[in-house]
Order: sequence, then C-alpha cells, then structure tokens
Amino acid sequence: MSDAHDNGKFLVGIFDDDDVVLQAVKEVKKAGVRIHEVYSPFPIHGLDVALGHPRTRLGIAAFLFGLSGTLTALALTFYTEGFDWPMIVGGKDSYSPIVYVPVIFELTVLFCALGMVGTFLVSNGLGPTVKPLMYDLRTTDNKFAMAIDLSKNNIGEGDIEQILKKSGAAEVNVKQF
Amino acid sequence: MSHVTSAVRTPLVTGGKTYADVTEDISKQVEGNPTREWTIAFTIAVIVLTYGTACLFWTWWEGLGVWGLNKTVGWAWDITNFVWWVGIGHAGTLISAILLLFRQKWRTAVNRAAEAMTIFAVICAASFIMMHAGRPWVAYWCLPLPNTLGSLWVNFKSPLVWDVFAISTYFTVSLVFWYMGLIPDLATIRDRAKSKVSRYIYGAFAMGWNGSAKTWARYEYMSLILAGLSTPLVLSVHTIVSFDFATSVIPGWHTTIFPPYFVAGAIFSGFAMVQNLVLIIRVVFKLEDYITVEHIESMNKVITLTGSIVGVAYLTEFFIAWYSGVEFEGYAFINRATGPYWWAYWAMMTCNVITPQLFWSRAIRRSIVWTFVLSVVVNIGMWFERFVIIVTSLHRDYLPSSWAMFHPTLFDISDYIFSFGLFFTLFLLFSKFLPVVNMAEVKTIIKSSSEKLPVSVSGVAKGERVANPTFNKNVE
Repeated sequence: MSDAHDNGKFLVGIFDDDDVVLQAVKEVKKAGVRIHEVYSPFPIHGLDVALGHPRTRLGIAAFLFGLSGTLTALALTFYTEGFDWPMIVGGKDSYSPIVYVPVIFELTVLFCALGMVGTFLVSNGLGPTVKPLMYDLRTTDNKFAMAIDLSKNNIGEGDIEQILKKSGAAEVNVKQF
Repeated sequence: MSHVTSAVRTPLVTGGKTYADVTEDISKQVEGNPTREWTIAFTIAVIVLTYGTACLFWTWWEGLGVWGLNKTVGWAWDITNFVWWVGIGHAGTLISAILLLFRQKWRTAVNRAAEAMTIFAVICAASFIMMHAGRPWVAYWCLPLPNTLGSLWVNFKSPLVWDVFAISTYFTVSLVFWYMGLIPDLATIRDRAKSKVSRYIYGAFAMGWNGSAKTWARYEYMSLILAGLSTPLVLSVHTIVSFDFATSVIPGWHTTIFPPYFVAGAIFSGFAMVQNLVLIIRVVFKLEDYITVEHIESMNKVITLTGSIVGVAYLTEFFIAWYSGVEFEGYAFINRATGPYWWAYWAMMTCNVITPQLFWSRAIRRSIVWTFVLSVVVNIGMWFERFVIIVTSLHRDYLPSSWAMFHPTLFDISDYIFSFGLFFTLFLLFSKFLPVVNMAEVKTIIKSSSEKLPVSVSGVAKGERVANPTFNKNVE
C-alpha cells in the first residue's frame, strides 16, 4: 500500500456523504491542514484532483505491455513460420503477417490486460497477504473517512478537530497504527 | 455520480435505498447460511455434473466413437455446443465493457452476475473443445511450445489456432476484469465478517483493499482501459469462432457475412441467458429494488435489436446463396429449409426471428413471465442455429453416395448435460459465496438514479437532481 509505512497518530474525520467529504477536502485544505488520504466505499469523481494526487501513469504501462504483446506475437510467428520451419499453407507465403493478425491482436490484449492489472496491484501495494490499513471499518460500507497525519501538521489536534467538524464531519476519532 | 440525470428517467434503484442498505441487502446473502432453495438447486446441479462427468469419462475412455458422428458428419453436437456456450459467454463482457464505455448506468446491477455467467459459459465451451479433440491429456499440443518432436509448431495460419488464442485470451481477460470488479466488494464483506475464517479468506481475496482515493482513481482508470480492451476482444472472439467455418470451402460455411452475424447472435443468446439467471436471482435473493423491470426491459431491447440483426443475416445468406449462382451454395440452403433437417431450420427461424419480435410490445417487454419464456426460446433457437449451420451443411456431401444423417447417441446428449451440470454448479457456488450485485458500483448511482435520495445525517446533499419529483417533500 502506498501508505504501508504509516506509523503514527492520525485524526480521522468520518463523513456520511460523498458530496460533503468532497467539499470538506477543499475546506480543510484551505484551513492549512495537510490531508493524508480520504477513504470511501466507492469512487468519488474529482476527489483525487481535490486532494492533489498526481494523474496515474497506468495508461503508459498499459501501452508498453500491449506493445510487448504485439512484439512477442510478431517474433513468435516470424520465428516459427518464417524461419524455423517455413510452411506454405493455403497458398500463402510461409511468413504472411496478415494471417497472423488474430494472434497478434489477442496477444496484445492479453499482455496489456495482465501487465496493467499487475502494475495496478503492485503500485497500490495490493496482494493476498497484505493486511489492510483501515482507518475506519465502515469506509467499505457507507462512511467516508478523512485521515490527517498529526506528525505532518503543525496545527494542534484540537484545532484540526474543530476544522473537521466545521466542514461536516459527523465524528472525529483518533487512530494509532 | 456527479452526473446530472434527467428527472424524467425512471429510477434504476427503487425503494429509497441508502448506501448502508445496498451493503446490507447484497452482503447478507453471502453471510447467512445457504437457503433451502439453494441447497436443493445445488444438490441437483452436482448430481447432474456427476452423471455428466461419468459419461464424459466414458467418452474419453472409449473414444469419440461413442458419439453419433460418421464419415460425413464429422462435427455435430460437440461444436454446436461449443459455439452455443461461447456465444452465451458474450453478454457479460458486453455489459461490463461496452455498456461502461457508453455510460449505461443500468449495467451496474447486472454486470457482476453477467460476467460470472460469461466465465462459466466459456469454461463449458472450452470443455467441448477438449471433448471433441478426444485426447485431453495432449491438449497442450494446441499451444506453440518448444518440443522434442522436431520443429513442430502449431499452424498459425489456421483459424483453429486463432481460436485457441482468442478463447484463452478472452477467458483470462474476462476473469481478471471480473475479479478486479470484485475486490472492493470483497473488502466490504471482509470488514463485515464475524468469523475469523471468512475474514481471512475474503481478506486474502480482497488483497488489502482499503478504498483510498488514490487507489480508487487508479482503479477507475484501469477499469476504463480494461473496458476499452475488452470491447474489441469480445467482438474478436466470435468473429474468430466464425472463421472456423468461414475460411473453409464447405457450401453454407464460407460466407463473408459470418463474423457480424455470429457476433450479433452471440449477444442475442448471451442476453437471453442473462435474463434467465437474473430473473431467478432477483426473486431468490429479494433484489427487486436493484434489478428492476427497467433493467429487464433494457436487456429485452438489446435482444430485440440483435435478434433482428440475426434475422436479416439469415435472409441475406439465403438471398446471396441464390444470387451467387453457385449451384452447391444454392442447394445447401434449399436443403436447409426443405431437406430432411427442415424442422431444425424452422425451429431456428421461429425461435430467433419470429418470437423475439413480440418484444416490440411494451407490455411483453416488461413482463417477467414473457421475458423468461422468450429467453428460453431464444436459447433453444440459437442452439438450433449452430446445429443447422454445422450439420445441415455437412450431411449431404458432394457425392450422393456419401449422404448421411446424424443421430445423437446417449453420450452426445449426456456430454451436453454435463455442461449444464458444470455451469449451474459453478453459478450456484458464485451466487452463494460472492456478492451477486456490484455494491460499489450501485452505490455510485444511488444519488443520480435512485427513487429517492438517502437522507444523509448531516442533512447536506448538494448538487444532484432527484429522479422522483416528489422527493423534496419526503425529506421535509
């Protein structure tokens, strides 16, 4: 997980509504508080932008994996049918790329999908043995949690709690990892 | 989520569900003990599967001679069943990928079950590939593996090899797409779990998901690319299956219309199967608020469209057979409609072209009973379509002395029954142990498409429109 190294004291604001939490992110940031991360049961559009997360580069990875699939298929068909054992079938040249289009297409898709999903899992630190860092167990159900790392903020705990409450948090809890 | 939905659109989630309701309604079926209906259905499925497995074992032990194949009709039920199952396996990816790209919100309630159906249908299809090859223990010969038999590679110019690549890629990518969609919901079940065992098992499959904003942003991006990849993929699969026939020189098979015609037929039969499964699921798991008549009607519209495309394809095929002036081609089609297999041809025509047209009536399109019956009829018709294409094109060979008929044996029938046992066993396991509706995705449409807004504790709910105009009164 991107925050697998987290250890320390967090203030967790619990929100009941996705629109409220999105608005709260802007307000809390404006008040000068550094937000660690927001956790939600479903994707909230615009939240990553509001939090200032950089745009994902997963697309680049997907393209490169797809390209490697194309090249693998080209190499495989060229080596087997054009070089290792040339064979004329159906009156076509022994190496005739056009008949390999289905194979090239399928391997491109296969490599792209598997590579991208693998990249996704690795970049988010997801895996079968990973213990989830849950700031609040209800964030996979119906609550939205805004975590604030106290060690990275100069504002006092009580002040941050006030800011969170003012921006719409239903409750504010302390979470220690 | 933040999309504005017109107030005149009918709601997709009824009963004024809140986020917590979605979690509760869908998770509880995973958490409780199996219901009696489920246990009975599962027992039957396992018995059928056991019987089928025994027959399949005998088929492999004794050899394919136990089937009714003969020198003239070398492909019959095996490939019919294969194409039928692969076709059914098209709807899931269509719903999850193409409808995602088209931003069809009704997709969210049915995509999980439809994708599961896709995966199990492809497994059944693959089992027929293994069956008809006769020697499953050398199935790896289909793959281009370095070997000790000399420079012996697969023939990359053969559509059968393309099929190996297409089906295995399709299966893998569909499985991955489905699993990725499951991860957030598995995390939900993990966090609700009461017993240590289920927390451990669901936790392992949820891979440590915690729903951080960064992960969600990447997740959405990944889903979009997977949808973009799956869209041409799903179209390619049945295109390549149709190449198995279209690249041959058998009259009735070498038809350039096959790829689009097969793809339309696949979507047609796949949606029909989704209807059958979803209509049962919504009643058994009491999900009528999530899978509404609106969803059923939307799928019926797809069935009507693709059924009509298939109908046009049948007529075009017939016309071209005559217009080409090729005697063999013309005879193949006259023989289909009026020869000894006329009943199969007319069963196909009735079930696929005529009866689905009843869906032009709004009342029939929105009727649960009609939908269920017509969907079964569609899949009977689509089975006959493949039977007609395969058997009637083969059974009257070029030399009249080679003309033959195909008679299915007990093993033809039992091996087909095997696939039903396999399919329903897998599907019932899925419906018990995994959430049948994508909770995270349904939650994203609650605000825009729910019958009325969930009343938030803070009382703030800005910026969205409500499908039900009387909602504002309800809040006060």
